[in-house]
Amino acid sequence: MEHVIEIKHLAKSFGTQKVLNDINFVVDKGEVVTIIGQSGSGKSTMLRCINLLEVPDAGEIYVNGKSIYEGNINKHRSEVGMVFQSFNLFDNKTVLENCVLGQVKVLKRNKHEAIEIAHKYLKKVGMDEFADKPSTQLSGGQKQRVAIARSLCMDCQVILFDEPTSALDPITVDEVLNVMKKLAEEGLTMVVVTHEMAFAKDVSDRVVFMENGVIVEEGRPEQLFVNPQTDSLRRFLGRYLNQQTA
Amino acid sequence: MIEFIQRMIDLAVRYHTLFLNGIRYTVVLALVGTACGLLIGLVIGGLRAISKQMEINDTALTRIIKKIIDIVTYIYITVVRGTPMMVQGMLLWFGYFQGAGWNALAAGCLIISVNTGAYMAEIIRSGIMGIDKGQSEGARSIGLSAWQTMRLIVLPQALKNSIPSIVNELIVNIKDSCVLSVMMIPELFFQAETIAGTTLKVTETYTLLLVLYLIMTSLAAWLMGIVEKKINHRKSNYFSSQTVAEGE
Repeated sequence: MEHVIEIKHLAKSFGTQKVLNDINFVVDKGEVVTIIGQSGSGKSTMLRCINLLEVPDAGEIYVNGKSIYEGNINKHRSEVGMVFQSFNLFDNKTVLENCVLGQVKVLKRNKHEAIEIAHKYLKKVGMDEFADKPSTQLSGGQKQRVAIARSLCMDCQVILFDEPTSALDPITVDEVLNVMKKLAEEGLTMVVVTHEMAFAKDVSDRVVFMENGVIVEEGRPEQLFVNPQTDSLRRFLGRYLNQQTA
Repeated sequence: MIEFIQRMIDLAVRYHTLFLNGIRYTVVLALVGTACGLLIGLVIGGLRAISKQMEINDTALTRIIKKIIDIVTYIYITVVRGTPMMVQGMLLWFGYFQGAGWNALAAGCLIISVNTGAYMAEIIRSGIMGIDKGQSEGARSIGLSAWQTMRLIVLPQALKNSIPSIVNELIVNIKDSCVLSVMMIPELFFQAETIAGTTLKVTETYTLLLVLYLIMTSLAAWLMGIVEKKINHRKSNYFSSQTVAEGE
C-alpha cells in the first residue's frame, strides 16, 4: 500500500529540551490515525513538522513519496490540510472567502469554480447557510467545521487535526467529531491528535501513544485500549477511565 | 481682552484669502503626506516583518535579499525618523529640488510622505505583531506564500488595528507641515508669517493661527472617528451577530 506520510528518525528540540526523539511513523492511504498522549509529549510538534510549521532538527519526512524539503514549500503545504486547535480562520474574511482564497491564490482555480467547490464542502460540514457571515461571528464548533471545509477545498491528500476539539465545550465537540467521523467513513486520510478517547476508540484504524517525545506503543484501537502492553499507557488510560467514572 | 479678539477677527476678515490659501496647502500636505506615508509604511512594515522570518527552504539568494531588505529599511527608518524634517526639507530643497526645477509643493509632499512613511512602517509593524500567530499559520498551512499571507490576511487586520495611530499621524502632519514653510511652500504658517510681518500684529496673528490649527486638527480627529466607527461596525461586530442572538 502507498504511504501517504512516512516519517523516519524525526527529532526536534526546543532549546535544550528534546521534544521529539527518533520518531518513525507511517500513514497509509485512507487510514485514520489518532495520536494520544499527555500534553507535552510531542504530539502536536510532530504534526506541525509534517507541514513544516515547525522545522525538524533531524530526520526525513515524505508525503506521497516526496521529501518535504524538496520542491516548493507552499505547494507541499497545500497538499497537506491542517486543522488547528484555535481554528485560525481568517478573521478579515467571510466564511465563503475563507474557503475560496486558497483555491484561487494557490491552486489557481477560477473564482466561479472555487465558489462552487466551497459551497459543496460547506454543505458537507453543514455550514453552507453561514457562507456570507464574517468568520468572527461564528461559534467555536462552527469555526472548526469551516476550518475543515477550508482544508477540504484544497483537495488535500491528508488532513492533520491538531487537537481540533480541545477549545470547544462538550456539546459542540460532538458537532465537530460527527463531521470528522463522516469524513473518515468516506475514506479521507486523517491524522488526529486528540484527547477524545471515544473518537480514538471508535473511529480510528490505528492509535499511536506518545510519551516524552517517543512513540511508546501503537496498534489497532481494540488492542491498545483493551490490552495495553506498556505501563505508561496503562497509567495514561487509567487516568482517563478515572475521569470518566468520577 | 475683547479688543484683542476684535483685532483677531479683523485680521481674519482682512486676510481671509491668504489664510484660506494657506489652509489649502496645509491640507494638501497633510493628506498627501499621510496617505502616501501610509502606503510606504504598509510596504516597508510588511517587508520588514517578512524579512525577519526565515523559512526552511529559503535559498542563499533569498536569505541575502532578506538581509538587505532588513538593513535598508532599518537605515531608512533610523535616518528619516532620527533627523528633523525641517532640516531634511532645507537640505533637499536648496541642495537639489530647487535647482532641479521642482515645484515646492510637490517636493514638500514627497518629503512629508517619506517622513510619515518611516513612522507608519513602525506603526504597521507593531500592528502586525499584534495579530495572532494563528492567522499566518492558517494561511501558510493552505499554501499561501509569505507575501500573500502578509498582503491578504495579516496587513488588512494590522491596518484596522492601527487606525488610532494613523489618525495620530494625520494630526501630527497637519501641525508639523508648518516646518515646510522653510521650503517656500505658502502653507498656513508661511502665510501667517507674512501677515504678522506686514501688520506687525504678531500676537494676534499667531493666536489666530493656533485657533485655525486647532480647528483643523479637531475636525480631522472627529472625521476619522466616524470613519473608524464605520470600519469597526462593518465587520466582526460580535454582539450584533445573529449567531449570538440565536445561540443564547
